[in-house]
Amino acid sequence: MTTTENTAGTTAASVPAMASLAVVNVFVFTNDTEASLGFYRDTLGCAVHTDVTNGDFRWVTLTPPTQPDLQITVHNYTGGGSIPMSDGDADALNDLLAKGLLAALIFKVDDVDAVFEHVRSSGAEVLQEPADQFYGVRDCAFRDPVGNMVRFNQDLPADRVPAWPTDAAE
Amino acid sequence: MERDDLVRLRQARDRIDRDYAEPLDVPMLAREAHMSTGHFQRSFKTAFGETPYAWLMTRRIERAMWLLRGGMSVTDACMEVGCTSLGSFSSRFTELVGETPSAYAARSHESLVGVPGCIAKQVTRPRRT
Repeated sequence: MTTTENTAGTTAASVPAMASLAVVNVFVFTNDTEASLGFYRDTLGCAVHTDVTNGDFRWVTLTPPTQPDLQITVHNYTGGGSIPMSDGDADALNDLLAKGLLAALIFKVDDVDAVFEHVRSSGAEVLQEPADQFYGVRDCAFRDPVGNMVRFNQDLPADRVPAWPTDAAE
Repeated sequence: MERDDLVRLRQARDRIDRDYAEPLDVPMLAREAHMSTGHFQRSFKTAFGETPYAWLMTRRIERAMWLLRGGMSVTDACMEVGCTSLGSFSSRFTELVGETPSAYAARSHESLVGVPGCIAKQVTRPRRT
């Protein structure tokens, strides 16, 4: 095992056997697949890659415009079929979703302000208007139609990153 | 709890996080959530672990700490984050942070230099103990 320096300047382990590792699938739970498709497909412009229905279970994967190999899997799995789930777990999953505590996605874009206006005009709930952040991005945030947090950010040039204030006025 | 209620409670919490600097109060938030004030307060605490008033004040004081570190006066920071009473702002600040806003503003915060921003935000988030 060797170590390599990543762009953040920290070292990451490099395991030769895992050199081809890439993320190809992330999961977004929904209890209203059509509403979620309205957001990820129609508003965000992701392309539907796979759409599978098996009884009540529906699994739709979507790829972002710049990442045809990364599938965002919108699914409503709460048990059934060959993989059961307790009623308590299904309820807990839906409660966490309703409370906005289940999951989040963060997208990178070139123009956060244009994206913000576009997504807001779709009627999505606004969590945060675009703002320059001390952690180096300009970002904004929404809820998707069922309660998952979705953030958009763009990198800020170094001279636009707000300082983290650490000292009283002098 | 009914799931529709949970959605409205989440929307109330999101509104506090987004609009904390506006003149929000709990009866107004309860009306927006289509609940009586008492039911709203109890349900919010059950869902999120804090009363809506505590959630609002913690959000405001978290922002006030940032403004004070940047050199803003205590009175201006109080108003900037949506508090109209300097007295209740100061007592809540002291309860959460462990020192008065003026003492917090007066001392150095150099210990945070070099801490990554996202971590500094977490470690400086005030918590009720």
